[in-house]
Amino acid sequence: MSIRLTSGGRLIDRSAPIDFTFNGKHLRGFAGDTLASALLANGQMLVGRSFKYHRPRGIVASGAEEPNALVNLGQGARAEPNQRATTTELFDGLQARSQNHWPSLEFDVGVLNNYAARLLPGGFYYKTFIHPRAAWKHLFEPIIRQTAGLGAAPKDRDADRYEQVYAFCDLLVVGGGVAGLHAALVAARAGARVWLVEQSAHWGGRAPVDGDMIDALPAADWVNATVAELAGMANVTLRARTMAAGVYDHGYVLLDERLADHTPGDGRPRHRLWRMRAARIIAATGAIERPLSFAGNDVPGVMLASALRDYLVNWAVSPGQRTVVVTNNDDAYRTAIALHQAGQTVVAVIDARDQADGALPAQARALGIRVETGKAIARVKGGKHVTGVEVCRQTGDGTISRFLACNAVAMSGGWSPVVHLYSHCGGKLIWDEAGAMFRPDAAHPPITQDGSAMVIGAGAANGALREAIADADAQVRIALKAVGIKPKKSAVPRQDLPDEAALQPVWIMPQAAGVGLRAKVWLDYQNDVKVSDVQLAAREGYGSVEHAKRYTTLGMATDQGKISNINGLAVLAEALNEPVPQVGTTTFRPPYTPVPLGALAGEARGEIFQPLRKTPMDGWHAAQGATFEPVGLWRRPYCYPRPGETPRQAVAREVKNTRQALGLLDASTLGKIIVKGPDAGRFLDMLYTNVMSSLPVGRCRYGLMCNEQGFLSDDGVMARIDDDTWLCHTTSGGADRIHGWMEDWLQCEWWDWQVFTANVTEHYAQIAVVGPNARKLLERLGGMEVSQDALPFMAWADGSLAGFGCRVYRISFSGELSYEIAVPASQGAAFWQACHDAGASLGAMPYGTEALHVMRAEKGFIMIGDETDGTVTPQDLGLDWAVSKKKADFLGKRGQERSHLTSPDRWKLVGFETLDGSVIPEGAYVIAQGSNANGQRHVQGRVTSTYRSPTLGRGIAMGLLLRGPERMGEVVSFNTVDGSTVQARVVGPVFYDRDGEKQNV
Amino acid sequence: MSDAISLMTEAGSDGFAKVRQIGPLGMITLRAKAGTKGLRAAVKAATGCALPDQRQIITSGDCAAGWMSPDETLLILPHAGVAAALRRIDHDLKGQHHLAVDVSDARAVFRIEGPKADQVLRKLCPVDFDRLEPGELRRTRAAQVAAAFWKDDSGFSLMCFRSVAGYVGDLLHVSAQPGSEL
Amino acid sequence: MLLLICPYCGVAAEETELAPGGEAHLKRFGPGSSDAEFEAYLFARKNPKGVHFERWRHAYGCGKWFLAARCTATLEVFGTYPAQTSGPPDDIIDRIKARRPDWKGFA
Repeated sequence: MSIRLTSGGRLIDRSAPIDFTFNGKHLRGFAGDTLASALLANGQMLVGRSFKYHRPRGIVASGAEEPNALVNLGQGARAEPNQRATTTELFDGLQARSQNHWPSLEFDVGVLNNYAARLLPGGFYYKTFIHPRAAWKHLFEPIIRQTAGLGAAPKDRDADRYEQVYAFCDLLVVGGGVAGLHAALVAARAGARVWLVEQSAHWGGRAPVDGDMIDALPAADWVNATVAELAGMANVTLRARTMAAGVYDHGYVLLDERLADHTPGDGRPRHRLWRMRAARIIAATGAIERPLSFAGNDVPGVMLASALRDYLVNWAVSPGQRTVVVTNNDDAYRTAIALHQAGQTVVAVIDARDQADGALPAQARALGIRVETGKAIARVKGGKHVTGVEVCRQTGDGTISRFLACNAVAMSGGWSPVVHLYSHCGGKLIWDEAGAMFRPDAAHPPITQDGSAMVIGAGAANGALREAIADADAQVRIALKAVGIKPKKSAVPRQDLPDEAALQPVWIMPQAAGVGLRAKVWLDYQNDVKVSDVQLAAREGYGSVEHAKRYTTLGMATDQGKISNINGLAVLAEALNEPVPQVGTTTFRPPYTPVPLGALAGEARGEIFQPLRKTPMDGWHAAQGATFEPVGLWRRPYCYPRPGETPRQAVAREVKNTRQALGLLDASTLGKIIVKGPDAGRFLDMLYTNVMSSLPVGRCRYGLMCNEQGFLSDDGVMARIDDDTWLCHTTSGGADRIHGWMEDWLQCEWWDWQVFTANVTEHYAQIAVVGPNARKLLERLGGMEVSQDALPFMAWADGSLAGFGCRVYRISFSGELSYEIAVPASQGAAFWQACHDAGASLGAMPYGTEALHVMRAEKGFIMIGDETDGTVTPQDLGLDWAVSKKKADFLGKRGQERSHLTSPDRWKLVGFETLDGSVIPEGAYVIAQGSNANGQRHVQGRVTSTYRSPTLGRGIAMGLLLRGPERMGEVVSFNTVDGSTVQARVVGPVFYDRDGEKQNV
Repeated sequence: MSDAISLMTEAGSDGFAKVRQIGPLGMITLRAKAGTKGLRAAVKAATGCALPDQRQIITSGDCAAGWMSPDETLLILPHAGVAAALRRIDHDLKGQHHLAVDVSDARAVFRIEGPKADQVLRKLCPVDFDRLEPGELRRTRAAQVAAAFWKDDSGFSLMCFRSVAGYVGDLLHVSAQPGSEL
Repeated sequence: MLLLICPYCGVAAEETELAPGGEAHLKRFGPGSSDAEFEAYLFARKNPKGVHFERWRHAYGCGKWFLAARCTATLEVFGTYPAQTSGPPDDIIDRIKARRPDWKGFA
């Protein structure tokens, strides 16, 4: 059983006890504990169950690489699944629950899978669930979904807030160990703008734990002095609890800062995502120890040797009072020595190497620790905790030579540099034979915009497991030179390290372990991938490492295989009889450890999830209880229901009132672009399909814009302001796009033409005054002549109404007598109110976008986005009259000459009248005879706009029909989703006031 | 009646920096190619400011002239003075290819003030504030919308389109919340 | 996420401040052009692994279109330049040749 020792623990404050719960049990730790160290201090070795076999799982590591100790943290609005206990700082009131078991952690029904393990080999899912076909959807998938997953997804809305910040630096140093600290210091002294980030709450990395001496100082003292110097420099930013999640193009790095994970509810954002742009990145991210692959290496109590050392030194926790150390290198002897010094029993050091003569083994022997060389662990005994190990020869098949009783095993299979950040943007790795590890290949780094190295490895992350500071010194000088900063000459701090003998790669222990043992040797603890699974994948032809990964799920768990990948691919290489570097690694992808979705969303949630564009009259609409609809990013009133009215009734009322009396529409969203210059007319003639240069000053003209393919892109009314100035109205959603389109042609094609544009959409509020009483309202407002003679249809005039300076356009999108009045936006709300006040006795009512749509459809006016979808030409819509035949060129002219666009067999615009007066469903197709190869009915047209017309009391529709205009009077069938059909007669698209008399009075 | 002016949002509560909407300011977009005859004089006459260089904003009392692009200058002046300024510009640039247009009501302007004002904007704009030059007018985005800002002794002025003033005001207030200091 | 220097305002703008515009230096074919010419103008686009010229608009900045020469494989940027030209300027060509000796040149 794990215990807290009575003395020691460099990170804990014994005077500050902290209460927390685990599975409802009240436990106590100290300030400075992680959840993992506190659980161990309370004797809690068993912390979870594995994903597939539900095997008991204990804490195996002490940092971000932990695969097992995942918990549900918190509850309600602060619940978060899959939190690593090893990186969770303890706080008062912390609530943790273990995952992936039922009904309890100690007794779990799912463990039955364990006994059926022989029936659940690698690729089991792919082999078993494919027959019969239907069973996947109805049987297997529901069951798998029920049992899959680790933690429970939170049900409540997240109580915390998150934020993002943009930051910039010359040099970003990732990793606050001694290599990172030194690199940051050299850069800072050279005057560079430096950031140093460390994922944990503490600076110094492993050196203080290992008791290194630096420049004759204990490492911890050197670390403190260095941090203090850095903290005092204005050009340095130090951030602990900040994890570099990923490196992206051109020095872009995402840094996830955990502000309030350990102080929940303190008013600060929980996480802050730094969007860093670094000229150069030093990856001083250290190395991660590898497990050894022996049978039962997943039993709680088996730990990485370095992790056991961390718990002992940092938190005064002893995972077991009788420990066996098993290793293939000298470093693990540090653990044996530390245990011995802490008064714990080291049963033996089992060293797979034939010889162990380095300084550390010698020191261990001198302390009286038994060292057995050439030996291996054949099998770990124990279920929910270690009870002993069976020892055998490493070169044999696992024949047992002796049993050693113990309650903890410290294992070390060597170290793997953390090369993730180096690899995210394509940095290549090389296989280091001596260290049996992949490390950054400086000849093939990830590169940045100038073609030079973007990320530079330093220290252990660069493969310099021992002389980390010296390596960091060399690498930071390279980095500084690359950004044009000259580092000062200075001595490299000297690390006093005992000599270490070479490691001996051990991928399976013992070397010739039989099938019975191999099936109990875990590679990936979280996803339950064993040596035998990887070997099976190789036998079944999954020789590519990427295939083997997906077939076995090795490295696909939440830890992304930080401790398992190298062991797994070495086993694969052995099975394929290929060298490790030839098999290669799988792709390293961000994030390094999971980032909360809330941090990625940042401020974009709730009201500011996305911009909401409001017109100057928006407050009035809201106060009237308008039903809004989004139009692009604008919100526009859809209709204004009165008490007791449904939206449909409101729309009908608004249409009838506008046609019979007076309707007012907030048309401010309409795009308004000024085009001015000696070449403006020529330019607009290129942009529009019809002629705009001939438009007289004071007049308006409807126009169409097409893309180069000849398809409709936008439409609107043009007004000629003066000799060289035009005002283009665009669709509501189209202003920015069309302004950009104009600027594109002016800047990139006709840059010698003298034309300037300005998008003045937002400067104006625009109100449509529509209906038989429209002129009366304007006369009541008073201030300018608005008669048919003074302001005829399709004319405009500047003037004032009720004292508001305005421009009045006599245009109509409803078929009624109509004026659109533009006033400066700051006066929009006041003018809108003035219109309502003066219009009250004329029957003035506001109408929304739906009434607008219905009225334009009654008139057969097309709507961009309804009648058009990017494949429709003006000719398809019967708008040939608006396409110039005389102009030598305009955008889209050549496109429209293409044979398939001039074919008589196009789908063309017509109106549809249902025989029974019903409304054709939106999206319905006109069906034709026969069906295609997929058994789908042939079609010959589709509906594009379909409404109930309050004016006509029946359904009306426009749509595109094969040779439509030639088929007037024919009855066609539309499909519906319920399989029935709707019969409709082909008619002209204008349903109301075909001669246009009403708008021209 | 015609001087009835509606502001989009009211001044908001204070976080670690003071955020408030100001204005409306008079603004003119003046488009003319560099070297256009009379341009320098027209800007001077309208604002009292010299023609700004690349990314520069020059202020003079209530007025300012800012470089928006190689052929666009933003003139800032009292709201009531816009019509007269436009007449003057069109007179000064008569016969020269140019476009001067009132955009006062197309814009909303915020002030962000206090010693940590920059921190509010660092959360919204992908801009290196440490390398901002004195008198720089920076066009960029604030979260998801276009914006431009410039710095003076007491803080920042940030302008955006009027329709998104509510969104930008909320962004600024959220970013300035107490406890969110960098 | 790319970082490109806008040649008009000198700002190192990140990709979120820019709008992409596809291949640069296309020649427009209008009325009178052959079917083959028009098809190439509308649809045929280079997709090289290596040196490429493309259009970007400083959409959240000065609003101007500019052109960028970069390597599509490594994202190395050889330079950016104003859009008012029908071919890449000589200094950009020289820089590409220095960095990519086997580059076949702008065609």
